[in-house]
Amino acid sequence: MNVLIMGCGRMGAHLASMLEDDGHNVTVLDVDKLAFDHLPVGFKGKKMLGDGMDQDTLRRAGAETADAFVAATRGDNRNALAAQIARHVFQIKRVGSVIFDPIREEIYRDLGLRTINPTKIEAQFLRESIERED
Amino acid sequence: MFIIVAGAGKVGYHLARALFADHEVLILELDQGRVDFVAEELGSDVIMQGDACDAATMERAGMERADLVAAVTGDDEDNLTVCQIAKAKFSVPRAVARINNPQNETLFRRLGIDSTVSATNLIMAHIEQELPWRGLIPLVTLRGRSLEVVEVRVPSEARIVGHRVSEALLPQGSLICLIIDPDGNPRVPTGDTSIHADDIVLAVTNVESEESLRNALTSP
Repeated sequence: MNVLIMGCGRMGAHLASMLEDDGHNVTVLDVDKLAFDHLPVGFKGKKMLGDGMDQDTLRRAGAETADAFVAATRGDNRNALAAQIARHVFQIKRVGSVIFDPIREEIYRDLGLRTINPTKIEAQFLRESIERED
Repeated sequence: MFIIVAGAGKVGYHLARALFADHEVLILELDQGRVDFVAEELGSDVIMQGDACDAATMERAGMERADLVAAVTGDDEDNLTVCQIAKAKFSVPRAVARINNPQNETLFRRLGIDSTVSATNLIMAHIEQELPWRGLIPLVTLRGRSLEVVEVRVPSEARIVGHRVSEALLPQGSLICLIIDPDGNPRVPTGDTSIHADDIVLAVTNVESEESLRNALTSP
Protein backbone atom coordinates (compact mmCIF):
# COMPACT_ATOMS: atom_id res chain seq x y z
CA MET A 1 0.00 0.00 0.00
CA ASN A 2 1.02 3.61 -0.51
CA VAL A 3 0.67 5.21 2.92
CA LEU A 4 0.89 8.93 3.65
CA ILE A 5 1.50 9.96 7.26
CA MET A 6 1.10 13.55 8.42
CA GLY A 7 3.10 14.36 11.54
CA CYS A 8 6.49 12.81 12.19
CA GLY A 9 6.53 13.00 15.97
CA ARG A 10 7.24 9.92 18.05
CA MET A 11 3.94 8.32 17.09
CA GLY A 12 4.06 9.16 13.39
CA ALA A 13 7.69 8.09 13.07
CA HIS A 14 7.11 4.82 14.91
CA LEU A 15 4.07 4.05 12.77
CA ALA A 16 6.04 4.90 9.60
CA SER A 17 8.79 2.51 10.59
CA MET A 18 6.34 -0.28 11.48
CA LEU A 19 4.47 0.11 8.18
CA GLU A 20 7.73 0.09 6.24
CA ASP A 21 8.73 -3.15 7.98
CA ASP A 22 5.42 -4.59 6.83
CA GLY A 23 6.46 -3.82 3.25
CA HIS A 24 4.41 -0.69 2.60
CA ASN A 25 5.52 2.32 0.62
CA VAL A 26 5.55 5.14 3.20
CA THR A 27 5.71 8.94 2.86
CA VAL A 28 5.95 11.13 5.97
CA LEU A 29 5.00 14.79 6.00
CA ASP A 30 5.92 17.32 8.67
CA VAL A 31 6.25 21.11 8.93
CA ASP A 32 9.43 20.75 10.99
CA LYS A 33 12.53 19.23 9.40
CA LEU A 34 13.91 18.24 12.81
CA ALA A 35 10.89 15.94 13.28
CA PHE A 36 12.41 13.52 10.76
CA ASP A 37 15.10 12.78 13.37
CA HIS A 38 12.47 10.61 15.05
CA LEU A 39 12.69 8.15 12.16
CA PRO A 40 15.06 5.19 12.48
CA VAL A 41 18.39 5.49 10.65
CA GLY A 42 17.59 2.99 7.91
CA PHE A 43 14.20 4.49 6.98
CA LYS A 44 13.86 4.36 3.20
CA GLY A 45 10.49 6.07 2.76
CA LYS A 46 9.98 9.60 1.47
CA LYS A 47 10.28 12.53 3.88
CA MET A 48 8.54 15.69 2.83
CA LEU A 49 8.54 19.10 4.45
CA GLY A 50 5.11 20.71 4.27
CA ASP A 51 1.71 21.41 5.77
CA GLY A 52 -0.60 18.40 5.51
CA MET A 53 -3.66 20.64 5.77
CA ASP A 54 -2.86 22.19 2.39
CA GLN A 55 -4.35 20.44 -0.64
CA ASP A 56 -1.46 21.33 -2.96
CA THR A 57 1.05 19.96 -0.46
CA LEU A 58 -0.93 16.75 -0.06
CA ARG A 59 -1.08 16.39 -3.84
CA ARG A 60 2.71 16.81 -4.08
CA ALA A 61 3.09 14.21 -1.35
CA GLY A 62 1.17 11.74 -3.50
CA ALA A 63 -2.31 11.93 -1.97
CA GLU A 64 -3.90 11.14 -5.34
CA THR A 65 -2.30 7.70 -5.42
CA ALA A 66 -2.32 7.01 -1.67
CA ASP A 67 -4.23 3.95 -0.41
CA ALA A 68 -4.12 5.13 3.18
CA PHE A 69 -3.67 8.39 5.08
CA VAL A 70 -2.92 8.87 8.77
CA ALA A 71 -3.10 12.22 10.58
CA ALA A 72 -0.81 11.86 13.58
CA THR A 73 0.19 15.36 14.70
CA ARG A 74 -0.30 16.54 18.28
CA GLY A 75 -3.19 18.82 17.27
CA ASP A 76 -6.69 17.30 17.21
CA ASN A 77 -8.10 20.01 14.98
CA ARG A 78 -5.22 19.76 12.51
CA ASN A 79 -5.66 16.00 12.35
CA ALA A 80 -9.41 16.27 11.86
CA LEU A 81 -9.10 18.82 9.05
CA ALA A 82 -6.34 16.92 7.23
CA ALA A 83 -8.23 13.63 7.57
CA GLN A 84 -11.38 15.18 6.11
CA ILE A 85 -9.40 16.65 3.20
CA ALA A 86 -7.89 13.19 2.58
CA ARG A 87 -11.30 11.58 2.61
CA HIS A 88 -13.48 14.13 0.85
CA VAL A 89 -11.06 15.83 -1.57
CA PHE A 90 -8.71 12.93 -2.40
CA GLN A 91 -11.20 10.10 -1.77
CA ILE A 92 -8.56 8.06 0.08
CA LYS A 93 -10.28 4.89 1.30
CA ARG A 94 -8.45 4.28 4.56
CA VAL A 95 -8.08 7.43 6.62
CA GLY A 96 -7.02 7.28 10.26
CA SER A 97 -6.87 10.23 12.59
CA VAL A 98 -5.38 10.62 16.06
CA ILE A 99 -7.73 12.63 18.31
CA PHE A 100 -6.54 13.12 21.89
CA ASP A 101 -9.68 14.75 23.28
CA PRO A 102 -12.14 11.91 24.09
CA ILE A 103 -15.22 14.08 23.45
CA ARG A 104 -13.94 15.35 20.12
CA GLU A 105 -12.97 11.79 19.20
CA GLU A 106 -16.54 10.58 19.69
CA ILE A 107 -17.94 13.43 17.61
CA TYR A 108 -15.53 12.81 14.75
CA ARG A 109 -16.15 9.07 14.88
CA ASP A 110 -19.88 9.77 14.55
CA LEU A 111 -19.06 12.00 11.57
CA GLY A 112 -17.45 9.00 9.90
CA LEU A 113 -13.72 9.34 10.59
CA ARG A 114 -11.63 6.38 11.73
CA THR A 115 -10.32 7.83 14.96
CA ILE A 116 -7.76 6.63 17.50
CA ASN A 117 -7.85 8.12 20.97
CA PRO A 118 -4.46 7.70 22.73
CA THR A 119 -5.79 9.30 25.92
CA LYS A 120 -8.47 6.66 26.46
CA ILE A 121 -6.15 3.80 25.48
CA GLU A 122 -3.36 4.99 27.79
CA ALA A 123 -5.75 5.58 30.69
CA GLN A 124 -7.16 2.10 30.19
CA PHE A 125 -3.68 0.50 30.26
CA LEU A 126 -2.70 2.55 33.29
CA ARG A 127 -5.85 1.48 35.11
CA GLU A 128 -5.17 -2.16 34.35
CA SER A 129 -1.58 -1.84 35.49
CA ILE A 130 -2.60 -0.16 38.78
CA GLU A 131 -5.49 -2.50 39.53
CA ARG A 132 -3.56 -5.66 38.68
CA GLU A 133 -2.84 -7.93 41.64
CA ASP A 134 0.91 -8.49 41.99
CA MET B 1 -30.46 36.13 18.51
CA PHE B 2 -27.86 34.49 20.71
CA ILE B 3 -24.55 34.45 18.82
CA ILE B 4 -21.39 32.74 20.00
CA VAL B 5 -18.16 34.00 18.46
CA ALA B 6 -15.06 31.82 18.60
CA GLY B 7 -11.89 33.90 18.77
CA ALA B 8 -11.37 37.43 20.07
CA GLY B 9 -8.76 38.51 17.55
CA LYS B 10 -9.42 41.62 15.50
CA VAL B 11 -12.15 39.96 13.42
CA GLY B 12 -13.91 38.45 16.44
CA TYR B 13 -13.72 41.64 18.46
CA HIS B 14 -15.05 43.94 15.74
CA LEU B 15 -17.75 41.42 14.83
CA ALA B 16 -18.92 41.23 18.43
CA ARG B 17 -18.79 44.99 18.75
CA ALA B 18 -21.01 45.39 15.68
CA LEU B 19 -23.46 42.75 16.89
CA PHE B 20 -23.80 43.26 20.60
CA ALA B 21 -26.14 46.27 20.54
CA ASP B 22 -28.87 44.19 18.88
CA HIS B 23 -28.00 40.64 19.88
CA GLU B 24 -26.85 38.59 22.81
CA VAL B 25 -23.19 37.91 22.02
CA LEU B 26 -20.59 35.79 23.78
CA ILE B 27 -16.99 35.52 22.62
CA LEU B 28 -14.85 32.52 23.55
CA GLU B 29 -11.14 33.22 23.77
CA LEU B 30 -8.16 31.42 25.28
CA ASP B 31 -5.71 34.29 25.62
CA GLN B 32 -5.92 36.19 28.93
CA GLY B 33 -4.73 39.46 27.38
CA ARG B 34 -7.46 39.45 24.72
CA VAL B 35 -10.07 38.44 27.32
CA ASP B 36 -9.12 41.42 29.51
CA PHE B 37 -9.16 43.76 26.53
CA VAL B 38 -12.64 42.73 25.37
CA ALA B 39 -14.00 42.77 28.93
CA GLU B 40 -12.72 46.33 29.29
CA GLU B 41 -14.12 47.49 25.93
CA LEU B 42 -17.43 45.65 25.67
CA GLY B 43 -18.11 44.42 29.22
CA SER B 44 -17.21 41.24 31.02
CA ASP B 45 -20.47 39.45 30.15
CA VAL B 46 -19.57 39.52 26.44
CA ILE B 47 -16.47 37.35 26.85
CA MET B 48 -15.60 34.02 28.41
CA GLN B 49 -12.13 32.56 28.73
CA GLY B 50 -11.77 29.06 27.37
CA ASP B 51 -11.00 26.85 24.38
CA ALA B 52 -13.83 27.25 21.89
CA CYS B 53 -12.97 23.83 20.39
CA ASP B 54 -13.63 22.12 23.70
CA ALA B 55 -17.12 20.65 24.09
CA ALA B 56 -17.18 21.24 27.88
CA THR B 57 -16.36 24.93 27.35
CA MET B 58 -19.04 25.14 24.69
CA GLU B 59 -21.55 23.66 27.12
CA ARG B 60 -20.68 26.20 29.82
CA ALA B 61 -21.04 28.95 27.22
CA GLY B 62 -24.61 27.81 26.53
CA MET B 63 -23.94 26.52 23.03
CA GLU B 64 -27.16 24.46 23.01
CA ARG B 65 -29.28 27.63 22.95
CA ALA B 66 -27.10 29.50 20.43
CA ASP B 67 -28.85 30.54 17.22
CA LEU B 68 -25.60 30.99 15.38
CA VAL B 69 -21.93 30.28 15.89
CA ALA B 70 -19.27 32.32 14.09
CA ALA B 71 -15.79 30.77 14.15
CA VAL B 72 -13.38 33.52 13.18
CA THR B 73 -9.94 32.54 14.50
CA GLY B 74 -6.89 32.72 12.26
CA ASP B 75 -6.71 28.91 12.03
CA ASP B 76 -8.97 27.06 9.60
CA GLU B 77 -8.69 23.79 11.51
CA ASP B 78 -9.96 25.44 14.70
CA ASN B 79 -12.81 27.15 12.87
CA LEU B 80 -13.89 23.88 11.29
CA THR B 81 -13.77 22.04 14.63
CA VAL B 82 -15.86 24.71 16.39
CA CYS B 83 -18.52 24.58 13.66
CA GLN B 84 -18.62 20.80 13.40
CA ILE B 85 -18.95 20.27 17.17
CA ALA B 86 -21.51 23.09 17.47
CA LYS B 87 -23.65 21.46 14.79
CA ALA B 88 -23.13 17.79 15.67
CA LYS B 89 -23.27 17.96 19.45
CA PHE B 90 -25.28 21.11 20.19
CA SER B 91 -27.51 21.25 17.08
CA VAL B 92 -26.73 24.92 16.47
CA PRO B 93 -28.85 25.90 13.44
CA ARG B 94 -26.27 28.07 11.67
CA ALA B 95 -22.49 27.91 11.62
CA VAL B 96 -20.31 30.48 9.90
CA ALA B 97 -16.58 29.92 9.42
CA ARG B 98 -13.81 32.31 8.52
CA ILE B 99 -11.45 30.71 6.01
CA ASN B 100 -7.82 31.60 5.56
CA ASN B 101 -6.73 29.03 2.98
CA PRO B 102 -9.14 29.55 0.04
CA GLN B 103 -8.85 25.89 -0.93
CA ASN B 104 -10.82 24.99 2.19
CA GLU B 105 -13.93 26.86 1.10
CA THR B 106 -15.48 24.07 -0.98
CA LEU B 107 -14.58 21.41 1.59
CA PHE B 108 -16.13 23.34 4.49
CA ARG B 109 -19.38 23.77 2.55
CA ARG B 110 -19.40 20.07 1.76
CA LEU B 111 -18.91 19.29 5.45
CA GLY B 112 -22.09 21.17 6.32
CA ILE B 113 -20.79 24.58 7.35
CA ASP B 114 -23.60 26.97 6.36
CA SER B 115 -21.51 29.92 5.24
CA THR B 116 -17.85 30.56 4.77
CA VAL B 117 -16.03 33.84 4.43
CA SER B 118 -12.60 33.93 2.86
CA ALA B 119 -10.82 37.27 3.08
CA THR B 120 -8.23 35.96 0.62
CA ASN B 121 -10.91 35.22 -1.99
CA LEU B 122 -12.69 38.53 -1.44
CA ILE B 123 -9.48 40.50 -1.89
CA MET B 124 -8.58 38.41 -4.95
CA ALA B 125 -11.96 39.20 -6.51
CA HIS B 126 -11.32 42.91 -5.99
CA ILE B 127 -7.83 42.71 -7.46
CA GLU B 128 -9.15 40.81 -10.47
CA GLN B 129 -11.82 43.45 -11.03
CA GLU B 130 -9.20 46.21 -10.93
CA LEU B 131 -6.76 44.53 -13.30
CA PRO B 132 -7.22 44.68 -17.09
CA TRP B 133 -7.67 40.94 -16.97
CA ARG B 134 -9.29 39.11 -19.85
CA GLY B 135 -10.64 36.17 -17.97
CA LEU B 136 -13.70 35.39 -16.00
CA ILE B 137 -14.51 36.82 -12.60
CA PRO B 138 -16.79 34.88 -10.29
CA LEU B 139 -19.08 37.43 -8.59
CA VAL B 140 -21.51 35.43 -6.46
CA THR B 141 -22.03 31.77 -5.67
CA LEU B 142 -25.69 30.87 -5.42
CA ARG B 143 -26.15 29.14 -2.11
CA GLY B 144 -26.84 25.43 -2.00
CA ARG B 145 -26.16 24.95 -5.70
CA SER B 146 -23.04 24.79 -7.78
CA LEU B 147 -24.20 27.81 -9.79
CA GLU B 148 -22.39 31.11 -9.89
CA VAL B 149 -22.80 34.51 -11.44
CA VAL B 150 -19.71 35.49 -13.40
CA GLU B 151 -18.44 38.50 -15.29
CA VAL B 152 -16.56 38.24 -18.57
CA ARG B 153 -15.13 41.16 -20.54
CA VAL B 154 -15.15 40.39 -24.26
CA PRO B 155 -11.69 41.11 -25.72
CA SER B 156 -11.48 42.76 -29.16
CA GLU B 157 -9.76 39.70 -30.66
CA ALA B 158 -12.51 37.33 -29.53
CA ARG B 159 -14.14 35.29 -32.30
CA ILE B 160 -17.58 36.18 -30.94
CA VAL B 161 -17.16 39.94 -31.56
CA GLY B 162 -19.66 41.09 -34.20
CA HIS B 163 -21.70 37.91 -33.82
CA ARG B 164 -25.05 37.39 -32.13
CA VAL B 165 -25.68 35.82 -28.74
CA SER B 166 -27.40 32.87 -30.45
CA GLU B 167 -24.15 32.13 -32.30
CA ALA B 168 -22.10 31.85 -29.13
CA LEU B 169 -21.20 28.25 -28.34
CA LEU B 170 -22.37 28.39 -24.74
CA PRO B 171 -21.88 25.26 -22.68
CA GLN B 172 -24.89 23.50 -21.21
CA GLY B 173 -25.86 25.09 -17.92
CA SER B 174 -24.65 28.57 -18.86
CA LEU B 175 -26.92 31.51 -19.56
CA ILE B 176 -26.10 35.08 -20.52
CA CYS B 177 -28.32 37.38 -18.45
CA LEU B 178 -26.97 40.85 -19.01
CA ILE B 179 -24.64 42.70 -21.37
CA ILE B 180 -23.13 46.04 -20.36
CA ASP B 181 -21.66 48.04 -23.25
CA PRO B 182 -18.39 50.02 -22.90
CA ASP B 183 -20.41 53.18 -22.09
CA GLY B 184 -21.95 51.41 -19.12
CA ASN B 185 -25.44 50.81 -20.56
CA PRO B 186 -26.90 47.50 -19.46
CA ARG B 187 -29.30 45.55 -21.68
CA VAL B 188 -31.01 42.21 -21.34
CA PRO B 189 -29.92 40.30 -24.44
CA THR B 190 -32.02 38.20 -26.78
CA GLY B 191 -30.61 35.69 -29.23
CA ASP B 192 -30.35 38.50 -31.82
CA THR B 193 -28.30 40.88 -29.66
CA SER B 194 -24.84 41.51 -31.13
CA ILE B 195 -21.77 41.17 -28.97
CA HIS B 196 -19.15 43.92 -29.24
CA ALA B 197 -15.56 44.27 -28.14
CA ASP B 198 -15.22 45.37 -24.49
CA ASP B 199 -18.79 44.40 -23.66
CA ILE B 200 -19.13 43.08 -20.15
CA VAL B 201 -21.19 39.92 -20.09
CA LEU B 202 -22.85 38.73 -16.90
CA ALA B 203 -23.73 35.07 -17.01
CA VAL B 204 -25.04 32.37 -14.72
CA THR B 205 -23.13 29.13 -15.05
CA ASN B 206 -22.52 25.91 -13.24
CA VAL B 207 -19.01 25.77 -11.88
CA GLU B 208 -17.88 22.93 -14.17
CA SER B 209 -18.80 24.89 -17.31
CA GLU B 210 -16.87 28.00 -16.27
CA GLU B 211 -13.90 27.23 -18.54
CA SER B 212 -16.02 26.50 -21.65
CA LEU B 213 -18.03 29.66 -21.05
CA ARG B 214 -14.85 31.71 -20.85
CA ASN B 215 -13.62 30.14 -24.09
CA ALA B 216 -16.93 30.82 -25.85
CA LEU B 217 -16.70 34.53 -25.03
CA THR B 218 -12.98 35.26 -25.17
CA SER B 219 -11.22 32.81 -27.51
CA PRO B 220 -9.81 34.38 -30.67
